[in-house]
Amino acid sequence: MSELRKIYGLWHREVLRYWREKSRIVSSLILPLLWLLVFGSGLRSMPVPGAQTYQSYIFPGILGMTLLFTSVFSGVSVIWDREFGFLKEILVAPVSRTSIVIGKALGSGTSALIQGTILLPLSYLVGVHLSPISFVILLPTMVLISIGLVSVGLLIASLMTSMEGFNFIMSLVIMPMFFTSGALFPLTSAPVWLRDFSYVNPLTYGVDVLRWAAFGGADSILPIYVVFLILVLFAAAMITACSYTFGLKK
Amino acid sequence: MEPKTAIETRDLTKRYGDLTAVDKLNLVIDHGEVFGLLGPNGAGKTTIISMLCTIISPSSGSATVNGFDILKQSAKVRRSIGIVFQDPSIDDRLTGRENLQLHACLYDVPSELAKKRISEVLNLVGLEDRADFAMKTYSGGMRRRLELARGLLHHPKVLFLDEPTLGLDPQTREHLWEYIENLARTTKITIILTTHYMEEADQLCQRIAIIDYGKIKVIDTPANLKTTLKGDVITINSAQSEKLATRLTELRLAHHMDASKDSIRLTVPNAEKLVPRLIKIATDIGAEVSSVSIHRPTLNDVFLHYTGRDIRAEEAEPSFRTFMRRRGVR
Repeated sequence: MSELRKIYGLWHREVLRYWREKSRIVSSLILPLLWLLVFGSGLRSMPVPGAQTYQSYIFPGILGMTLLFTSVFSGVSVIWDREFGFLKEILVAPVSRTSIVIGKALGSGTSALIQGTILLPLSYLVGVHLSPISFVILLPTMVLISIGLVSVGLLIASLMTSMEGFNFIMSLVIMPMFFTSGALFPLTSAPVWLRDFSYVNPLTYGVDVLRWAAFGGADSILPIYVVFLILVLFAAAMITACSYTFGLKK
Repeated sequence: MEPKTAIETRDLTKRYGDLTAVDKLNLVIDHGEVFGLLGPNGAGKTTIISMLCTIISPSSGSATVNGFDILKQSAKVRRSIGIVFQDPSIDDRLTGRENLQLHACLYDVPSELAKKRISEVLNLVGLEDRADFAMKTYSGGMRRRLELARGLLHHPKVLFLDEPTLGLDPQTREHLWEYIENLARTTKITIILTTHYMEEADQLCQRIAIIDYGKIKVIDTPANLKTTLKGDVITINSAQSEKLATRLTELRLAHHMDASKDSIRLTVPNAEKLVPRLIKIATDIGAEVSSVSIHRPTLNDVFLHYTGRDIRAEEAEPSFRTFMRRRGVR
């Protein structure tokens, strides 16, 4: 299959780039640490369902946040490829648009895997004792969530002409997705309007699955297989949508 | 079966709103030709190339590249062409070799063959010993050479070079010309290059199309284009050039004349003999002549003849500045 080789090439590029930017790897770990150790400690006495402390409660949420930030950013970074001309090399090659998006998504999935491997052991710091099964479920789940989110970034990139609008995206898309995802507080205690927001937010389902896996079967908002299904459908729909926008010619 | 022509366009047109960037272009380019699209920036050269490379769709008309229709068989077109874009299009974070390897993947060159080809093309552009350095450390000329190498990696039948030497210093430019000439001599590849550098078109191209406002003004060999001017070019610099030009037009002394605020260009059969008479005419009407020069027609004169304006260095500048700015962003 020649398309597989093309996807491999694109994936390999993403991984090389990620691996060479060690500072990006380090900085993407600092933010989750701040949330867990500073914010989490400050609110440690807040009662939460299904977890022992607030810190341990937000741990899966912070995993989700890390995925959200790095994946969306990885998608949006296509703007740089466009700015620096590299995108043309890809767009003029005999490669299907779907392969381009899949290559990018797998690249981002791989960085999610690397981050997960580093972040998951930190769970012990905040009192979450992950079982080996949790580990095995969490890593591929993180990849799945990342694939959906990188496509959100790619779609945003197709609407943006330069990196200048990034702050706008940050406050209009990324932060609202984070705050309404149930990463920081249980949605069961949230007002109805907020819960409605949460249900259309794909990250809600991502955080839900992560929490379910981390706490060995905590209550999920919907039956867990439905939540998984939503995540899979979301990723597939986003990849299809991105392939379409990539295929548009001027 | 081998198609007869490398490129054939039929009324190829691209409109952006009210602006017609390319206007009913009809062009036939043979296999193995080095063909130049010469014109100022904004003439539509890059738009033509982008349509032929299937990056943008024409508004109307059609074209074939290597016998494949650009609309219906774009995948086959893409597989059979190589491109060096006007703006840089390499990944800075990767090494030269990694950029080439990625290209080999994208064009499905089998990995064993790719290894061999990568060292071939690196050798061709003289970058073997830099191959494993990050692109960030490459100079402008080296980047361009690597892009040329990359464009050749999958053995395309047609190679598009969009302003291949834009923004390079004269020495690097000449080096790159040597690579291109060498390539044209040793392979059967068809090369289509766009440029607004006269010397570049003159030196490299077998045929040239002069393009202005999206239309072809003339197509011919550089030598024929220059002889169509029939004679030599006299340039007269004078502060009263308009007055003098009016008088000369009345006398019908030249085949062709262009006048600006302070100079006049005449194309005439026997320039040397005409100069004393011109000076006399100028003295008679009281126009002061500051200098007179005679030269064999260059492509620049040809361009002026067909478009009525100079390709000046300033016209190249806005794009050049963008180019440099992009380089400097990071």
